[in-house]
Formats: sequence, C-alpha cells, structure tokens
Amino acid sequence: MAELPTRPSAWGGLSTILDTPAKRGIAIVVILVAMVVAPLVLGQYATVILTNALLYVVLALGLNIVVGYAGLLDLGFAAFFAVGAYTVGIATLHYGLNFWLALPLAVFFAMIAGVIIGTPTLRLRSDYLAIVTLGFGEIVRIAARNLRETGGATGLSGIESPWLFGWHIRTPLDFYYVFCVLAIIAVLVSVRLANSRLGRAWLYVRHDEDAAEAMGIDRVRVKLAAYVVGAVYGAIGGAFFAANLGAISPNSFSFQQSVLILMAVILGGMGKIPGVILGAFIVILAPELLRDFGDLRLFIFAVGLLLIMLFRPSGIWPVRGKR
Amino acid sequence: MSLLSLKGVSLSFAGSRVLDGVNFDVPPNQIVSLIGPNGAGKTSLFNCITGFYKPQQGSISLDGVETLRLKPHQVTQLGIARTFQNVRLFRQMSVLENVMSGMHCRTSAGIIDAILRLPSQRREEAEIKDFAEGCLTFVGITEGWDRDATTLPYGWQRRVEIARALATKPRLLLLDEPAAGLTSGEKQELIELIRRIRTERDISVLLIEHDIELVMSLSERVSVLDHGVMIAEGTPKEVQANPRVIEAYLGVEEDSLGL
Amino acid sequence: MGAFDIFTQQLVNGIVLGSFYALVALGYTMVFGVVKLLNFAHGDLYMVGGFAGFLILSFLAPFLGPGWLGVAVSMVFAMIAVGIIGVVIERVAYAPMLSAPRLSILITALAVSLVLQNGMLTITRGQYVTFGADLGFGGINLGNLYINYKQIVLVGVSIVLMAGLELFVSRTQYGRAMRAVSVDKDMSRLMGINVSRVIAGTFFLGSALAAAAGTMAGAYYGSLWYFMGFLIGLKAFTAAVIGGIGSIPGAMLGGLILGLLESFGTQLPGVGSEWKDVFSFSVLILVLVFKPTGLLGKPEQERM
Repeated sequence: MAELPTRPSAWGGLSTILDTPAKRGIAIVVILVAMVVAPLVLGQYATVILTNALLYVVLALGLNIVVGYAGLLDLGFAAFFAVGAYTVGIATLHYGLNFWLALPLAVFFAMIAGVIIGTPTLRLRSDYLAIVTLGFGEIVRIAARNLRETGGATGLSGIESPWLFGWHIRTPLDFYYVFCVLAIIAVLVSVRLANSRLGRAWLYVRHDEDAAEAMGIDRVRVKLAAYVVGAVYGAIGGAFFAANLGAISPNSFSFQQSVLILMAVILGGMGKIPGVILGAFIVILAPELLRDFGDLRLFIFAVGLLLIMLFRPSGIWPVRGKR
Repeated sequence: MSLLSLKGVSLSFAGSRVLDGVNFDVPPNQIVSLIGPNGAGKTSLFNCITGFYKPQQGSISLDGVETLRLKPHQVTQLGIARTFQNVRLFRQMSVLENVMSGMHCRTSAGIIDAILRLPSQRREEAEIKDFAEGCLTFVGITEGWDRDATTLPYGWQRRVEIARALATKPRLLLLDEPAAGLTSGEKQELIELIRRIRTERDISVLLIEHDIELVMSLSERVSVLDHGVMIAEGTPKEVQANPRVIEAYLGVEEDSLGL
Repeated sequence: MGAFDIFTQQLVNGIVLGSFYALVALGYTMVFGVVKLLNFAHGDLYMVGGFAGFLILSFLAPFLGPGWLGVAVSMVFAMIAVGIIGVVIERVAYAPMLSAPRLSILITALAVSLVLQNGMLTITRGQYVTFGADLGFGGINLGNLYINYKQIVLVGVSIVLMAGLELFVSRTQYGRAMRAVSVDKDMSRLMGINVSRVIAGTFFLGSALAAAAGTMAGAYYGSLWYFMGFLIGLKAFTAAVIGGIGSIPGAMLGGLILGLLESFGTQLPGVGSEWKDVFSFSVLILVLVFKPTGLLGKPEQERM
C-alpha cells in the first residue's frame, strides 16, 4: 500500500539528503536555532533586513498559493498588502482600536476584497486576469493616494506599536521575533494546505482546468479560495508591516511591490515552499549586496527573471528528480 | 425509465449545425455505444451531456433531473463521469493523485479543517486514499501509484483515466474512444473491464468508439450518429444490417480511400 | 468657456488621446490575433520608441533641424528600429515558450517588460528626458476652439498609419496570411504559410506602430519617462478589449472610445485628473466582466 503521497515533499530537492524524519527534525532545529540567534550575532542592521525578508516570506507564500498552486497570475497582490496595512493604520489612528482588534478586521476586509475582485474576474482567461489584477492593484494604490482617510500621498504615521500581554512590541528585535513566528505559521499553514483536498484541487485546476471540472471540481470556487487565502496572507503581512514601521505611504503598495513579491515566488520555484522562502530572501538581500549598483539592481533582477523563465522555469531551488 | 435521456438536442457553432434534434436514451445498467463517421458530432454530444457545451435547443436529463443548465462540475456531481479522447491526466502529479481528484466532489473538508488537521479531515483523507486505491486496483493497476501519471505507458494511462472517472462514484460513465491506440490484447482487457464496471459497480457505460468489432462484441445497444443526426438505434446486429448505416460508413470509406 | 466650448475642447483632446491609444492597441490586438498572447512588453515598446525617436532626433537635428522634418524622419527610423527590437524579443523570448504552460509565457512577457523598463530606468536614472523637438505652437482657430498643428498632424499621421495597416492587412498577400494565421495556425501551416515569418512580421508591424506613437508622444508632450509605457500599455489594452481583442478595426474604435471616455470622464463631478486612471481601469474591468468580446470581437466558443 502506497503512503499518502504528499506533493514533492515540502523540502523539494533537499529531500534526498534529508530523507529520514530524524534528519529533517535536526534540520528544523538548526533552522530554528539560527533564527533565534541571528540578530544577536549579526547586529541591528542585519536584523532589520532579516525582518523584511521574513515579511516577504509571508507575502510570497501567500502569492505562492495564488500563482504557484492555483496557477493564477496575480499582478496586483500588493493591493491586499495595502488593505491590511491601511486597515490597521486607520483603525488604530482614527478609531482608537487596539492592534489585535484591527488585525482580524484587516483580514476580514482583505477577504471581502478578495471575493469582490475575484468573483467576476477569476473566470477570465489567464492573460486578462493578469491585467485585471494589475488594474485593481493600481486602483487601490491610487485610491490610497487620493483619499483623505488614508492620508493621501503622505500616508499615515504615528501608528502605535502593539502590546501583547505586557510585552511592548517596539524594538526592531521585538518585531524580528514576531515576524519569525509569522513566517513559521505561514509555512505550516502552506504545508498543510498543500497536502489537503483543497491543495490538490488547486493543482488539478492549474494543470488542466477543464479536466478538473469534468472530475466534479468547481474551478471558480477553487480559484476563489486560493485568491482569498492569498489575500489573508497579504493582509496579515500588511498589518504587521504597518505596526512595525509605524508609518505607511502609498509608495509601498505599487505595481513594483507586486512584481517584487512575484519575483520572490518565481525565482525560488513556483509552488515549492522552500524555494519561495529562498526567493524572498534573494529579493530582499540582493539589493543589499548589490547596493553599489543602484538602479541597475532592478534591471539585473528583471534579466534574472527572464533568464530563469527561459532556461530554468522551475526556479533556483533544486528540484527533486522525476519519480 | 431511462437513466440518461436526451430530447431534441440541437447544437450550432458559428452558424453550422453540429447536432440536429438528437433523441437518445441510455437505460440503466447497460452498455451503450455511440458510433458514426468522423465529424458526426459524437464528442460534441458528450460535451453537451457533460455540460461543456450548451445546446441551443432540447433537454438532457439524468434520472429525471434536468442537466442542461448545470455547470460541468455539477453534472459530474450528479453522477456522470467521463474520459477524454486525448488522455488528459494531470501532469506532474502521481497516478494516485490523479485518481484522487475524482473524490473531490464526494468529500467536503475545507480550508480550516485542512489547516487545523481536524480528525474528521484526516479520516476523510484516508477515505479518499483508500477509495482511489480501490479504483486503481479495480482497473488492474496495482503498483506504480507514486509515479508521475504521464510517464506511464499509453494503455495504462487510459486505465488511470477510467479509474479517475470511477472515483467520482458515477452512475453513468462516458468513455470517449477508450480503445484508440490499444493493442488487441489491451482491447480484450478493456472489454472485460467495461463489463465489470457495469456488473460489479452497477454503472451504465456509454462509449464512443470506432473499433466496430469491439462495439459489436461489447454493447447491448448501439446508436449511430451521422452529421449530427441520429440515424439508427438498436442491437448491434440490427444496426449492422441497417442500410442507412452502411451508406453513411461506405460513403466515408470512399473518401478516406481517396486520402 | 461655455459648456459647448468645453465639449468641443474635450472632443479634440479625446481624439488626440484616442489616436495614441489606438496605435498602441493595434499592436496588442494584432499580436494577440496571431499568437494568442497578450504581450505585456508592448507598452514598453511605445516607451522605447519614444526614446529611440529622441536618440535619432538628437543625431539628426544638426542636419535636419528639430522641427517637423527632423521629427518625421526620426519617427520613421524609430519605427524600423523598434520593429526590429520587437521581432528580436519575439524570437528570443516568446517563440521558445509557445509550447510551455500559459502561466510561463505570461511571466516571460512580464519579464521582458521589466527588462525594458528597468533598463531604461538605469540609463535615465529615472529622470524625465526632454524630447527636444521644436514644433512650434501654431494652430488654427475655430470659433472658441483652438486646435494646434501638433494635434492635427498627430491625428493625421495616426489615421494614415492605421489606414495603411488596414490596407496592408486586407489587400496584400502577407496581410491575408496574417488573418489566416490568426484564425487557425495549424491549418495555415498546412496550407504552406510560413507561420513563423508571419508572426515575426506581425510583431514588427505592431512594434513599429507603438514606436510611432511613442515618438509622437515625445514630440507632443515634450518629455519621456522610463515608466510611461506602463500606463499606456494598460490603457491600450483596455482600448483593444473595448473594441474586441483580435479585431483591427476594433482596436481603432476602442482607442477612440477610450480617449473620448477619458476626456469627458474628467469632466464628471468628482472625477478629477487624479481619478482619471481609476476611471479607465474601471471601464476595463466592467467590459471584461460583462462583454469580454468587446464591440467588434468574435464570440469565442471554446472547442474541447
């Protein structure tokens, strides 16, 4: 009797090296220890960068569900990021809400946005969907830039940092650990979803949506589920982003932002969780390493993306051999 | 009472009539074949039955329930499953995962259940796996379940497709040219399999086929479609002797000889 | 200015704007027709066209002057240059991907777009670049309405280009081949049509038209920006969709309609120029949701 086949395991190509539960357990422990210890070893500046990378891990994992699992090219993912951030900003600044109340509100609004945007558009063919999501992303950004509630072009500032059972989450180190937890949760949720009925349904729809329909799978509903789940990831990332920075402006939610998150998903390998994590780190760390190149960095990224699509569309992360 | 009933189904594409006033019935627990020259509209008829094409006129019902307005996945949920002319297994997914897709519409675990890995979800996953494995065993595939489904030999892929359709627990199974590309040994096995589907699983089978020998030895009923019109119906012997059928096929054969 | 004057002024603005949209939309629609792909990078070819025109003009200006002649010649060269770039892009990035899953080719197109955008970003350091044309400010007066020569020439040239394209597609053998390929690629191949040459030619034409629009935009608005292709790309796509994607007259019609909609739309209460883009995007979304085949497009019944 075959074991329940999980997707090429969450570890991707490394699963040939980490082939026993014991080895995987050790790997996990090593990673966790490294995460805890990193800021102490690397200093404050590096900690801030790592926090950004962890934020991107959350965002990229969310977009990965939309693009990597369900196969929907979403070019406006930053819109959900914005919804999360602005909801927290507005709720705490204008309505005096506690962060932990604003958070579920942000998630709620992102889900609504996902349903509103998704329902009419997810049945469009993929090219149209890409452009429409791009359009929605722009609409959200322009709205954020022009509305009074969102603070216009200057955005919102003075967002309070949250308290959790007496712990004031204030310093970069505090937020680093918060984002560590978020990233871990994001990974766990992604793994569980990938190995579930819905996760499989996403892949069926992605690989052949007509055959999936013929097998009784409601492709619109399945796509919508992916879209909404992705939106939730985006909103949570956005909410904590706002709390972390204390100030947000429409510039953080542009098409460039959506593209950057998409790059993180693709560079590492669409659909493969460790690849997406790697991609997130590449997208955040490379600009630091390529600092001297200035604007050339984005160009290098773009060329890198093109080369990957032409020569290694499965991404940088080693792919497990064909079984 | 028929299991599947089509009345006056007419379908046009960009001005050309593909199906014209088709009346057609599949009785419960029978093996029925749909034959006809190329381009007669057979696959289009399948697509109408399964909800992918919407005929402009007519009615289609399964066990009395009207299916014309339903989306394809709803038709499957109602109890009609199909295979495709060109095998359409899900790429980059294992044999077992392919078959498990059929169970999607028979199960219900949602997002929260999956994230929290509730006991009910884990039970359901085991159930899905077991039933899918059962379907694979039923069609005669007992190993290689972990392999990428598209790396299997062609004949095996066809069987996986059938197993996948069976996993939806249908009442009616539509097979679109299941024997195409099979060796004569494989065809024999296919005949056995289809008979077992009907007898052991109590599923009616409707197949489109070009292999006349296979059709004649397997079917209890044969319907003949030509240029979108149903020109004959009956037992295999009756249809074979029907002059209109002979003409339809002979006419085509002359053309094909010319090619 | 009375209401009628505002109306006519916006009418003129709309037609001018619509000309840009139509020229770029044509490229979208033609490419979509033959390879069934929305070329994300198309808007950026407009941008590249503008910069090419600028470059060529700065080269030619000492000889031909920065006036009408200089701009016209620059535009022609820019069209050829960018047409070639379009073909190169198609050969390098799209042709190898045609058998890949849909998602992959879309992302590739996006990558090409980003390469062009960010390449120009690096070169210009994100600054606006003055085009350097000197076309004067003369114009004609029709009552209270002032139409300057630039606008007239712009619309005129656009009409000439579009008419030329329409004639080419409907009268020449090449044009017939293009139409055949967009209806059924495999059948065309069987009938002896060199499909890859037709595709290359289509990309050439579409890119050249975008470049024409880009050069004219540079001359008309006076400056170029690395990001200018992004917005025009979206608008042109909207125009193509409104008119019916795959239909050449549709692209022209859609361009005009969108131009007019935008011009008049800014006069609606509450819709200032900041919301102009939101207005256009909303139109796009509404059209895609309710009438995805547009005005002149053919209804697509997918055959299984």
